[in-house]
Amino acid sequence: MAKYDYVPSAFRSNPIVKWVDHRLPIFELIDEQLIKYPAPRNLNYMWNFGSLAGICLVIMIVSGIFLAMNYQASTLHAFDSVERIMRDVNYGWLIRYIHMNGASMFFIVVYIHIIRGFYYGSYKAPREILWWLGIVIFLLMMATAFMGYVLPWGQMSFWGATVITNLFSAIPVVGQAIVTWLWGGFSVDNPTLNRFFALHYLMPFVIAGVVLLHLWALHVHGSNNPLGIDAKGPQDKVPFHPYYTVKDALGLGVFLIVFAYFVFFNPYMLGHPDNWIPANPLVTPAHIVPEWYFLPFYAILRAVPDKLGGVLLMFGSIAILFLLPWLDTSRVRSAKFRPAYRLFFWLFIAVCFVLGWAGGQPAEGPALLIGRIATILYFAHFLVFLPLLGWFEKPLPLPSSIAEPVLGGGKMAAAAAMEKA
Amino acid sequence: MAQSGSPAVSADGTRKHPDGSTRRDFLYLATTAFGATGAALTGWAFIDSMNPSADVLALASTEVNLAAVQPGMAITVTWRGKPVFVRSRTPEEIAKAKEDDTAGLPDPQPDAKRVQKPEWLVLLGVCTHLGCVPLGQKPTDARGDYGGWFCPCHGSHYDTSGRIRKGPAPKNLEVPPYAFTNDKTIKIG
Repeated sequence: MAKYDYVPSAFRSNPIVKWVDHRLPIFELIDEQLIKYPAPRNLNYMWNFGSLAGICLVIMIVSGIFLAMNYQASTLHAFDSVERIMRDVNYGWLIRYIHMNGASMFFIVVYIHIIRGFYYGSYKAPREILWWLGIVIFLLMMATAFMGYVLPWGQMSFWGATVITNLFSAIPVVGQAIVTWLWGGFSVDNPTLNRFFALHYLMPFVIAGVVLLHLWALHVHGSNNPLGIDAKGPQDKVPFHPYYTVKDALGLGVFLIVFAYFVFFNPYMLGHPDNWIPANPLVTPAHIVPEWYFLPFYAILRAVPDKLGGVLLMFGSIAILFLLPWLDTSRVRSAKFRPAYRLFFWLFIAVCFVLGWAGGQPAEGPALLIGRIATILYFAHFLVFLPLLGWFEKPLPLPSSIAEPVLGGGKMAAAAAMEKA
Repeated sequence: MAQSGSPAVSADGTRKHPDGSTRRDFLYLATTAFGATGAALTGWAFIDSMNPSADVLALASTEVNLAAVQPGMAITVTWRGKPVFVRSRTPEEIAKAKEDDTAGLPDPQPDAKRVQKPEWLVLLGVCTHLGCVPLGQKPTDARGDYGGWFCPCHGSHYDTSGRIRKGPAPKNLEVPPYAFTNDKTIKIG
């Protein structure tokens, strides 16, 4: 833990609190990790998205549990039970809209959270394991979202399940056996739906477990910050409460307004109308697309005119993130001091959007070509640009401390430096 | 400088009312109250979702055709997931039920208050002890010491008006809300 001297909060001297803490130091934990927890004084609003992601997870779990009380995981009743939730269950429409759009909100928040890490180099030493755990959470989220989308048992549910599970058939020799095992039969059917529901219910709690590890790893060295330099002493930090609890609360308010817009005014904007057609194993919709948050990866899958190659490249596009801390050879964390990286960063963001667009188009003509170019650029960012930038780029001079730009680099920063020496 | 009731600026720059509260205190309370109200209202939607839904409420009443039920016969119908006993009482059973109005009843109620037409007794077939379904609908069933119903779970005896006479049950068998829509049809619920 990032230890530094602090005065315990007043409530810690309450005799009951003391009695509990002596046996289970839960108040001490809250005080040290949430209230007095020292955070860099210069965190900007990009640092809101971690706590927002946590709140999204809670919203998804709560709304999901209430949906599960009315959902029936059977091919005969799944579609109708969802319609019943929408029409007959008290506030069922609200809970389902929260859950449906909550998935999209969760991905938006997490994507911004990841991109924040890209821009400010949050994946660099000593935060590599923190970064890995984040990728694990992201992968679990993708699996959870995919299985959740199957549950309403509409056409997109059914064919999405068919296509995604068939990805595993690309594995040589055992591929077909794996797919049969995943399905529990010879096509996506009742056993598939049942197990997807069971796993969809389980996964969020697995995610919550990994989130705890993520927070644990975070609190070892503390948050990165927009300058990307390490805090040098107490003058570089402020207690988490009230500074960042209030900042997070404001961000939450803004987030909830955006969320409420989708829930109340445009609940189907991010969905696909074909999912109102009950699943039909005999007819595939003319143009099947995944949910928007999978589109960039779908574009990479389709960019390769080879079954196994496409699948490997798609999983590779996420697997490569595990290597990011070493592919980026620059010692400077924040893009603020890396003018060349900054250009490539924005190019990368643009590439991701282009991939997202290409993934939503039919796989033919210019969209396919553009998707292929974007796929090459996506991997080039990690395998070519980032390793080379570290060598060729001349970073801007770093400030000597976080407090320097604020306090003028005067006595306090100097004193802190002396203290360290 | 400061008038009574208007904020005064203290040495550290915070504005304070004469009663010692600050502007920040107010904002803190107002924000918390706003957030708590929103959370409570949202929470209500989730709690209410567990109440009976529209499709459940739509099945909350049942129509029963009594044309085929002869005196001495009984039928059991389902209403809101529970059994409802409809017995066509014989004149002897009616007479017995009226006679017992003055007997020592654990839950005193005259027979006339428990029926709309004396020949039709409509009861919720749920023992008021712990919710078992009493015997007595079939001619071969044990009907207990009073010729009505007998609950096999813990031995409660009900008479020909469905009143508790002996055993652990505290109350008479409940009479559900029902109405005769015509001579031979009732609507329960």
